[in-house]
Amino acid sequence: MVTTSTPLKAESKNLNFYYSNGHQALKSVNMPIYENKITALIGPSGCGKSTFLRCFNRMHDLYPGNKYEGQIVMHPDNTNILAAGVDPIEVRMRISMVFQKPNPFPKTIFENVAYGLRVRDEKNKRVVADKVEEALKGASLWNEVKDRLDDLAFNLSGGQQQRLCIARALATDPEIMLFDEPTSALDPIATANIEELMDELRGKLTILVVTHNMQQAARISDYTAYMYLGEMMEYGDTDTIFTRPVRKETEDYITGKFG
Amino acid sequence: MAQQDSQGTSPPAHASTLGNLTAVREMIQRHKRSDIVFASIGLLALMLGLLTLLTLFIDLVMDGYPRFNLQFFSDYPSRRAGSAGLLSAWVGSVLVMSITFLTAVPVGVGAAVYLEEYAPKNWFSDLIEINVSNLAGVPSIIYGLLALGLFVYGLGLGQSIVTAGLTLGLLILPIVIVSTREAIRGIPVAIREAAYAVGATKWQVVSDHVVKYSQGGILTGVIIGMSRAIGETAPIITIGALTFIAFLPPSPITEVAPYLNFEWLSSGFTVLPIQMFNWLSRPDHAFHTNAAATGAIIIVVTLLMNGTAIYLRYQIRKNIKW
Repeated sequence: MVTTSTPLKAESKNLNFYYSNGHQALKSVNMPIYENKITALIGPSGCGKSTFLRCFNRMHDLYPGNKYEGQIVMHPDNTNILAAGVDPIEVRMRISMVFQKPNPFPKTIFENVAYGLRVRDEKNKRVVADKVEEALKGASLWNEVKDRLDDLAFNLSGGQQQRLCIARALATDPEIMLFDEPTSALDPIATANIEELMDELRGKLTILVVTHNMQQAARISDYTAYMYLGEMMEYGDTDTIFTRPVRKETEDYITGKFG
Repeated sequence: MAQQDSQGTSPPAHASTLGNLTAVREMIQRHKRSDIVFASIGLLALMLGLLTLLTLFIDLVMDGYPRFNLQFFSDYPSRRAGSAGLLSAWVGSVLVMSITFLTAVPVGVGAAVYLEEYAPKNWFSDLIEINVSNLAGVPSIIYGLLALGLFVYGLGLGQSIVTAGLTLGLLILPIVIVSTREAIRGIPVAIREAAYAVGATKWQVVSDHVVKYSQGGILTGVIIGMSRAIGETAPIITIGALTFIAFLPPSPITEVAPYLNFEWLSSGFTVLPIQMFNWLSRPDHAFHTNAAATGAIIIVVTLLMNGTAIYLRYQIRKNIKW
């Protein structure tokens, strides 16, 4: 099912997650994340896929009372990023994120992309400018914005804003990039652009993407995980999941009989 | 189900609008009468407030009209109403307000940022929150009494500009805190998360984002607070402002290095509303002209400050869309 030659980038081991109200949103989730591959998380609303994604950059730590159990181990250094001794800021330095709705800062296009570098105390203007250009090129936005880097990010269209957010996440050379339903707020053309872009990133970057859109998962991902009620129901390479799912529930969800 | 509804619960008259067009039109007109009634009452209520203020303002302008000249601003108070001016009062107001600004802004913004971003959310922070809002409603003379005990006698600052500035700073602190917190709360969670997601620390999020994006709201709160402070009389009387003062405090800027002089802080002073109060309480009618002119000036200054607040907020918000 999974070729053994592909190296692991991260892996969740018996991951439980509890929200501050006591609700258990993840139940003993085990899942491998392969290096430079795209892994898609699918499942009906409330199944815990976004919750799972947000464990990878410790976003839940921003709100008091949330609790993790189990491990997410990063390779090759074998760090459990959920361990109490690991600073969530360090985790976010390694793993970046693109959100559901484009959320650029009310700053210039340049400063949006450069912000991650500013946070990393990068003072060399040459380095910052080069990195910003590289990231904007990586996000297929450079040609559209190279003449107006000092414009406010809000002046871009929704799809451009989302690619700007991708550039912001790329600029810091992350080991893993998380995408939380990155196209759900975009029109079909902008969606196609983002999917194309993710396809270009395949092989260069480890990507974990939550999506509501079955076709999107089928089109862009190498591996797919189907989640339901906080549990990992089925995981496999995308072709297998979409053509010969092992479980009946997975098949029902994929074919639209349920969800 | 639908059939059952139309037969059972809804009146038959609603079955078809087309069939009862005349009746429906009459009904709409009947319903619209409430709009007219409410709009009239609302307009009346609005005019009651606005016209009263406008009448007062026009009255002050007409009474004080003879004194609207530059001399009024460059003359010291005098025993002769015609040559008495506002010089010491407006200079005093400017100096006192600068102390108020310099204390209320950092303390108020700091407190608000701490409460919103750093303070743990528990019963104690809830208690503080309720009390901060309540402080905004404490009568200003109470602040005057507090300042008399704390600043004038406790800290030995005397009946000085610094005492008055600190007192008014304390008075507007709740306004600054509340408006800053409102502004901070207006920043979407998504923007905050975006900053944290690239690896920012709390302080980086606060200094690079939270404070910057809430500038408009903070500024509005500060200016509204300041425009309240500039007209405050009671606490200033309590701490012992002078009512007749024919000299200026030592200048804050000097001609020799280090070019700054802090003697003015401990100087005696008067402010615009005190001067007005003083003139008003004299039996000689000529002084009442001075008082009216001062009143009009205070109103204009207050309106200008509020106008500036609105303009600046608009300018800052223009570039922020959420």
